[in-house]
Amino acid sequence: MLRRGLNRLCGGDEKRVDSRTIYVGHRPCPPTEAFIPPKFCDNRIVSSKYTVWNFLPKNLFEQFRRIANFYFLIIFLVQVIVDTPTSPVTSGLPLFFVITVTAIKQGYEDWLRHKADKEVNKYPAIRLEKGRRAPTQSENIKVGDVVEVVEDETFPCDLILLQSSRDDGTCFVTTASLDGESNHKTHYTVPDMEKDLESLSATIECEQPQPDLYKFVGRMHIYRRDQETLVRSLGPENLLLKGATLKNTKKIYGVALYTGMETKMALNYQGKSQKRSAVEKSINGFLLVYLSILVSKALVCTSLKYWWQSRDGQDEPWYNQKTQKERDTYKFLKMFTDFLSFMVLFNFIIPVSMYVTVEMQKFLGSFFITWDKDFFDPEIEEGALVNTSDLNEELGQVEYVFTDKTGTLTQNNMEFIECCIDGFQYKNRDSCSELDGFCVTDGPISKLQEKAGREKEELFLRALCLCHTVQVKEAGPDELTELDLVDQVDGLDRPLAQPQEERGFIASSPDEVALVKGAMKYGFTFLGLESKTMKIKNRQNDIESYDLLHVLNFDPVRRRMSVIVRSRTGETMLFCKGADSSIFPRVKQEEVDRIRTHVERNATEGYRTLCVAYKRLSPEEFAEAEERLQEARLALQDRDEKLTAVYNQVETNMSLIGATAVEDRLQEEAAETMEALQGAGMKVWVLTGDKMETAKSTCYACRLFQRGTELLELTVRTLEDGGRRREERLYELLQDYHKRAVQDAPPAKPGITRSWATAQQEYGFIIDGATLSLVLNPADANSSRYKSLFLQICQNCCAVLCCRMAPLQKAQIVRMVKNCKGSPITLSIGDGANDVSMILEAHVGIGIKGKEGRQAVRNSDYAIPKLKHLKKLLLAHGHLYYVRIAHLVQYFFYKNLCFILPQFLYQFFCGYSQQPLYDAAYLTMYNICFTSMPILAYSLLEQHLCIEVLMDNAILYRDIAKNANLRWGPFLYWTILGVFQGLMFFFGVRFLFSNPALQDNGQVFGNWSYGTTVFTILVFTVTLKLALDTRHWTWINHFVIWGSLAFYVFFSFFWGGIIWPFLRQQRLYFVFANMLSSVSAWLTIILLILLSLLPDILLMVFRKPKTHVRQLTEDTLIHRPESCSSHTVIV
Amino acid sequence: MKKQKTETLNRPDNTAFTQQRLPAWQPMLSAGIVIPGFLIIGLAFIGIGVALFVTSQNIQVLERDYTGVEQNSDNNCFQCLNRTNCVCAVQFNLTQQIEGPVFFYYGLSNYFQNHRKYGVSRDDYQLSGDTSYFTEPDEDCIPYRYDSSDRPIVPCGSKANSLFNDTFRLYRLVGGQKKQVPFDGKGIAWWTDYNLKYRNPTLVDGSLAKAFNGTVKPVNWPKPVYELDTSDPSNNGFLNQDFLVWMRRAALPGFRKLYRRISEGEYADGLPTGNYSLEIDYNYPVHAFGGSKKVFFSNVSWMGGKNQFLGIAYLVVGSLCIFMSLVMLIVYAKYRFADEDS
Repeated sequence: MLRRGLNRLCGGDEKRVDSRTIYVGHRPCPPTEAFIPPKFCDNRIVSSKYTVWNFLPKNLFEQFRRIANFYFLIIFLVQVIVDTPTSPVTSGLPLFFVITVTAIKQGYEDWLRHKADKEVNKYPAIRLEKGRRAPTQSENIKVGDVVEVVEDETFPCDLILLQSSRDDGTCFVTTASLDGESNHKTHYTVPDMEKDLESLSATIECEQPQPDLYKFVGRMHIYRRDQETLVRSLGPENLLLKGATLKNTKKIYGVALYTGMETKMALNYQGKSQKRSAVEKSINGFLLVYLSILVSKALVCTSLKYWWQSRDGQDEPWYNQKTQKERDTYKFLKMFTDFLSFMVLFNFIIPVSMYVTVEMQKFLGSFFITWDKDFFDPEIEEGALVNTSDLNEELGQVEYVFTDKTGTLTQNNMEFIECCIDGFQYKNRDSCSELDGFCVTDGPISKLQEKAGREKEELFLRALCLCHTVQVKEAGPDELTELDLVDQVDGLDRPLAQPQEERGFIASSPDEVALVKGAMKYGFTFLGLESKTMKIKNRQNDIESYDLLHVLNFDPVRRRMSVIVRSRTGETMLFCKGADSSIFPRVKQEEVDRIRTHVERNATEGYRTLCVAYKRLSPEEFAEAEERLQEARLALQDRDEKLTAVYNQVETNMSLIGATAVEDRLQEEAAETMEALQGAGMKVWVLTGDKMETAKSTCYACRLFQRGTELLELTVRTLEDGGRRREERLYELLQDYHKRAVQDAPPAKPGITRSWATAQQEYGFIIDGATLSLVLNPADANSSRYKSLFLQICQNCCAVLCCRMAPLQKAQIVRMVKNCKGSPITLSIGDGANDVSMILEAHVGIGIKGKEGRQAVRNSDYAIPKLKHLKKLLLAHGHLYYVRIAHLVQYFFYKNLCFILPQFLYQFFCGYSQQPLYDAAYLTMYNICFTSMPILAYSLLEQHLCIEVLMDNAILYRDIAKNANLRWGPFLYWTILGVFQGLMFFFGVRFLFSNPALQDNGQVFGNWSYGTTVFTILVFTVTLKLALDTRHWTWINHFVIWGSLAFYVFFSFFWGGIIWPFLRQQRLYFVFANMLSSVSAWLTIILLILLSLLPDILLMVFRKPKTHVRQLTEDTLIHRPESCSSHTVIV
Repeated sequence: MKKQKTETLNRPDNTAFTQQRLPAWQPMLSAGIVIPGFLIIGLAFIGIGVALFVTSQNIQVLERDYTGVEQNSDNNCFQCLNRTNCVCAVQFNLTQQIEGPVFFYYGLSNYFQNHRKYGVSRDDYQLSGDTSYFTEPDEDCIPYRYDSSDRPIVPCGSKANSLFNDTFRLYRLVGGQKKQVPFDGKGIAWWTDYNLKYRNPTLVDGSLAKAFNGTVKPVNWPKPVYELDTSDPSNNGFLNQDFLVWMRRAALPGFRKLYRRISEGEYADGLPTGNYSLEIDYNYPVHAFGGSKKVFFSNVSWMGGKNQFLGIAYLVVGSLCIFMSLVMLIVYAKYRFADEDS
């Protein structure tokens, strides 16, 4: 909101237009006679939320927008205004505590932000003023200023690179502080730039600020005297982002384009939308129950009070006369204030501290994930990352796992395996020692020892060497020249730097490196790209050089890329490589037939296949293509669409040369992880853009599909089999599969979909993107049944494979499953930019710190280095977090129920006069001090089962599926327990006090002794109940549990031992000590504590004979599904 | 070197705490512990229960209602029901000696000393002898803060105002002669109340009365607070033991409060058998709100006054524990065998 407001302030005028115009160096340019300096916001970064003046009101306002805080504020105000039994301090103090702690935390964070802002804003910068270098401060830079930046400095705002000290007009930057990528990236000056910046007269037209770091379109008009105006297109490669650092370049000059809050860095500060966990929903449900308990208690007491007072002589006995004011008050008003008083008296049933404790638990608990050394990956030297701590417990509730294939299930670490040239297969074997490095193995059609023509071979290898965007990394010690920004596959990418004896290759996609290396093995070495000339060394060790004319970028929709090169002989050629489906329609049919079998066989073996095609371009064709490309590149709007259209036009009528097969190895322990997830009752869906055959073989390799699994296919191919309309066929197939997988299948036990004990037929489901869109967006209206049929089938399948998916379709699937009946908890895991949509869509999004850049990690809730870590994250951490927080929530409600119930019951014995049973200090401290620490320690440290057992027995995860510990059953149990204990506490002491002479000197005890006795029993019982539930006693638990009890005793002595000058009534003076001097009180306390804990102990023991299997190993686990479902309701 | 440094920076600490591997005691409530545990607890509880029960049984209590709502043969208090300044007597006959020391309690029922408004209607600063509060008592004392002519009431508030003001004299009838049984009124209030919490204001010219200058007595009191016990200065003013006992609010609407001890002279061993007459200055009206007044003669034990509840509760819980341990034994044995079978 704030930021939007700022934006409006800064750029309100220009919001209406789509682009902004910038005058470089504020110099008017010929076409615009009247130079009106446009207004842009200044270069001050304001990331802080508050100032000294508005901190208090603004922070308070924000805090009280939370419903819980607001509720307690209301209670507090009622206490201040209405004459209530407890002083406002009792609820004011905890509220004040909570508010203050939060305010201090936020204030401190804001102070840090202020400091950082100041540091950024006061940072010295140099700008050119009338040709001279004028030192200034970062905050004074305005849009249009020409700024100088020297090596190792950060850019003060978003700049367009005008001049670099390097000869080739490039500069290197690292964007470590923006997206965590520490590699050097190359940026380019605007082409044809004059050397003298002073005389430069130019305007830049560019889009309005937008947060995407990797997108930028603009146009620069350079006006020259007596010459026509030059127009140059600007892209992200010309834009230097604020926050990035200049490297390996002495100095650069750039013109400020976006400043201050409009820089891409500032726009990226916006927080992501908050995900809420399912536990929170349960808490809200329980809160509602307790709120109604609270209201009904107050109602009961109020009505009983007036009924009782209406009886003879009870309203105003002579010894307790009312004041005149009370007599004069209107009766209904009195009733209302009485009702409020009762509300205040019982309001402790909803504790303000629960929210604090829950948040502390989540915040502190998430550290255990970051700290876990099992998540540390020595390769990337990083551990797990927690972006949201709100979802810890959700990790224990996952029902559906959506996983990406490439880079997630597989390593994205490619190795060239074989190729096929003109229908002949070439397999690379290290053992082979033929001179040319080629080794021919048995071809598909028994063409043994046959080879394609030499010409074809070399053409193919040249294509591999040329058609890519790989850059060569020199082995020099610190002069890193990484040039990988020309092209991107999915966003910005961590380059793959493979140690190589002579040279390393850097590319945005590992496939490309594998192909170039493959070509190198066969004798064609790519030497590098120098000022648009690609050099390759051929088999004869001759250097061939080609002019790189155009790169037709790869994108996931086209699924192919091309280069246009001109050889030294003047031949212009287009090389294209891409997925078979995108190449085959663009080449001649007879060539396809020769290669298709190879491609398909390779795909079934799990390799990634690419087809390579080429085309000679006549000079006319090339000229036409070039013109259209230029035109499209200069477009300010829809540039991408226009480019794609041109690309598609150029890449036609090619001839196919061959195909490659690259192996993408499975991630470490991918199969074990998947097996564990399935064992834990999760359904794994693989969503990939890859081909069906490749994806299927990966699924088999990961043991998602097993030998006995019956595959139900729903792809374009199966739909076209019948020769009828697709929709009809689709419906028919869905019906058939539904019958097989859903209706005929034996009814599965709830929560157990894949039983280990029964040898039930398992189904796998395969669907492709095209069919999916048919299912999700049916053409005819009456077929909305497709979706439910499809969902039902999928729910009965052990694994689902969705191939050929576009990124948005991935999110669509996740949304569909998320919203289906029972709203299951979904988890998405992926590593690339194409997974971001599904990561954001799922309940829990997990990013893998893989090779495809950092975008997935930045958008995820949790990030882990490897897929194998998912097992521990879910089975151990998720399980423990869920059990902990469930216990925390239940315990909190329980302990406040049995805290307030005696106070409620006491109203029946004190004439419904809102007399508190406990002293104000006890009322206030109960939740803050006496009972808060043990449960916090429990909820951080508890391991009801040790981590190894959880990891080894994935099936245990099912125990807590479907929010098992926070459903109404366990809630009812805790509530009944609370009521039982509350009744015990109150009536036990009530019977003891039927003769209040409890000391051996005959003296009697009063009401505060009564309350203190009840309270002592309460504190001990509640703490010991937690001790009973604790399965994992570390020294911290011991310290906190016994420490709390000791603190209670100490505090009671202390509180009762001094006449407090600030208290009006010394109610508790020596009450506690006197109570302890009575043997009867001691005996009652012991008796009632034991009696209150008895049901729990009994339950625990009677459950034991069934559950001792828990400690045992897997072979006994076969019996567990039946036995565990019955008892784990109450863990 | 450099590489190693960054590695140590990023690598999580390998401590027991961060890895959630703190050494821990993992108690299992196995039947092997619980069954004998229950048995021991049960036996202990039964032991305590028996002791409590027997002790409680041995405590002798003599209880008489003297409200006077019903005409009783043993007292003539019904005549005082609607009169003031009335004296009545309760006659009783002890067939068995009540062992000493005997404690004499009075009891009220349906009397809500624990009513919230009543409870806060007092000024602890006054009662701790702070004379600055004598001129301006606490607001909570309303309607007993100032009298009709706006003079401050000390001690203010409903609680002090409603001080129990029946007085008792016990006579032993020996051969037709009434022989007064001496009462001991010391040490009936909490030691801390008497010695620390309540303080008389500092004497003015050696006189307690003068310290209360400018204040008036509570409306219902016949005499001001500095004349509560003129015979004994240490039992006068706010330190009057009857006053202290009254000011400690009872927990429940039916309560008893200690009035006197009988421990002197020939009654040190208790009240001997015989006929007694308890003369009562009947001042305190309870009829209007349906209350009743009682007197109790009782001795106490280490556990306090007579209360059967504790003993019975201990016996019941103790037996429950033993019963449970037996049930558990049976269940456990059965399951064990079932387990072994499979």
